[in-house]
Amino acid sequence: MQNDRKITMSQAIGEATLEAMKKDDTIFVIGEGVTDPKKIFGTTSELVEKFGIDRVIESPIAENGLMGFCIGSALSGMRPLLIHQRVEFALLSMEQIINNAAKMHYISNGKHNVPVVVRLIVGRGWGQGPAHSQSLEPLFAYIPGLRVAMPAFASDAKGMMLTALSENIPTIFIEHRWCHYVTGKVDSDTSNVLLDGPSVVRSGSDITIVATSYMLYEAILASDIAKEFNIFIEIVDLRIIKPLKLEKIVESVSKTKRLICVDTGFKEYGLGAEISASIFEALFKDLLKPVKRIGLPDRPTPSSRFLAADYYPTAENILNEIGKLMDFNSHKVEQMIEMLKIKKPDINADVPNPLFKGPF
Amino acid sequence: MDSNKDEIIDFEKMIRIRLIEEAIAEKYSDQEMRCPVHLSIGQEAAAVGVMSFLNKEDKIYSTHRCHAHYLAKGGNLNAMISEIHGKVSGCCGGRGGSMHLFDDDAGIIASLPIVGSVIPLAVGSALTFKLKKMHNISVVFFGDGAIEEGVYHESANFAKIHNLPVLFVCENNLYSVYTPLKFRQPNNDLTRLATSYGIENIRCDGNNIKKVKSASEIATKHIKDKKEPFFLQLDTFRHREHCGPNFDDDLGYREEDEIKIGFINDPILIEKDRLIKKGILDKNKILKIENNIKIEIEKAFTFAKQDDFPSRASAEEHLYAK
Ligand SMILES: Cc1ncc(C[n+]2csc(CCOP(=O)(O)OP(=O)(O)O)c2C)c(N)n1
Ligand SMILES: [Mg+2]
Repeated sequence: MQNDRKITMSQAIGEATLEAMKKDDTIFVIGEGVTDPKKIFGTTSELVEKFGIDRVIESPIAENGLMGFCIGSALSGMRPLLIHQRVEFALLSMEQIINNAAKMHYISNGKHNVPVVVRLIVGRGWGQGPAHSQSLEPLFAYIPGLRVAMPAFASDAKGMMLTALSENIPTIFIEHRWCHYVTGKVDSDTSNVLLDGPSVVRSGSDITIVATSYMLYEAILASDIAKEFNIFIEIVDLRIIKPLKLEKIVESVSKTKRLICVDTGFKEYGLGAEISASIFEALFKDLLKPVKRIGLPDRPTPSSRFLAADYYPTAENILNEIGKLMDFNSHKVEQMIEMLKIKKPDINADVPNPLFKGPF
Repeated sequence: MDSNKDEIIDFEKMIRIRLIEEAIAEKYSDQEMRCPVHLSIGQEAAAVGVMSFLNKEDKIYSTHRCHAHYLAKGGNLNAMISEIHGKVSGCCGGRGGSMHLFDDDAGIIASLPIVGSVIPLAVGSALTFKLKKMHNISVVFFGDGAIEEGVYHESANFAKIHNLPVLFVCENNLYSVYTPLKFRQPNNDLTRLATSYGIENIRCDGNNIKKVKSASEIATKHIKDKKEPFFLQLDTFRHREHCGPNFDDDLGYREEDEIKIGFINDPILIEKDRLIKKGILDKNKILKIENNIKIEIEKAFTFAKQDDFPSRASAEEHLYAK
């Protein structure tokens, strides 16, 4: 019975935080709005009521300082969980993250640990525009010593958060706001999962798609359509983008010999660039086609939905690339896209797709 | 006679901002304005009072809550309403939305949604004015939350030691989103964060246009005469939710008394009463003023609705300057 329980990813993250705090009283939560009525999109519900204001710490608007407080506190024995309601607010925490959190363990020759988890939320939609909707994971992934996790599914998110809060590695935990809404089966006794890299979420033989976070849902939708045309896609959820573990991707692409990388962030210099370069290095001779990359175009996120319409790639863009990799003629690609349009209601690009309600 | 005229003009400006914001709130549920909106309702006196001592050449900067500042400084109404509709004639061509209003012709350089981000920019403009020996001043509006960011402190210190003509206007509405000032600061007096940098300052009732004006007169004169920064703390009250068109006191994050006093201290009601009592205006005259403004507002919304969408091809333009 328990096993059929479905909750949203935001509930799953909240549950993980609560359970971890119960088990380990060195964990505290800190951030702007962690105790307010909206409770960080519901992810900190019940925390202040259960653990009080000393362990669920409301804060002045001071992201640079906050990051430093967390690192210092971690260096002296606590396990802080810092929450920023948007990725962009963490840009003010960057100096501390890059110079201190990421390097402390290495520079102290392994003597100091910085067990800090920083939750960042990628905004999207409703015209939030240029400074509230960026998916900047490559900025963090560039830095040696950080761990960067990007969950897509509720149950994985819960396990990942539990693990992140129990280990000694500074972890940037990036949640796409639209994944928050998606429900999935989450065992009430979900426990830690290994933060050990990508996992295959669909098996297939023709093309490997490596996707991250929200774009997994678009990839799954595209692969459902492709299946109707006898193309079997293997979908790899990147999960842990730093440190990057390539084995499963290499294994998958050595089977399918075709790869599409799908990012929530910019295409240029994005995760797809790193992965495709690595795959070329590992499997140059085996590839049947050049690697395809899908990501955001090289310009800021516009507020207007008329401009946002072309900004965010969807399952349609993925189907186009699938068509190219499989040498489909334009008619067949059109057929796939027609099928997609029947399946997926024509909605504005600035609100979450109601199709993606799970269970996943 | 002249001073009566000024008082009427300022009152009209406040009521115009209020009616525009109320129109946005009322029409928001049509889902044609698809971007976050941080309304200035309740905070009109701060904007109008400070602006009445600025001229066109003086430059202002604002935040996510920029509508009142934009309008009080003379920002184009059509360009604002179109921007919020994501249309091509918007001040950013639809690229920015409600939190990015600017109007070069009116001296509104930028509004920015990252808290505190705008403060050093205003100091930078003041640096330009000093280096170019210009006589205008730079003004930055920000909230009680923004003053907590480290960059405010860096900015205040820099402005002071370099004698820059910048006016820091901190509108204290007691909240950063839902978090009250009392959870974030040792007390409500934020002028201590100017005093400690040696910056002259005044704290006043930001809901009283007369008081805001006399403080602003002193402030702008000080900046121009002494060639150094000044700081104003204007205590005020946001009537509606932090972001969005609704009232949200059902959530219970503000205390009953605070809410009651906040609404009693409505800057427009206070000024309306005063002007009527003094015989400067009467109910009919006010009704006429309101009706004229409402016609202007309807025109702006019609303009925005009929305005074109930005073309998809245009999205690639202006990534780099030519
Ligand atoms: C650096 C940063 N941190 C957090 C936020 C989220 N945020 C948006 S508005 C706001 C409140 C700011 O309060 P205040 O400066 O008092 O302005 P008010 O909304 O009251 O006008 C916060 C925390 C942000 N936009 N930028
Ligand atoms: Mg405030």
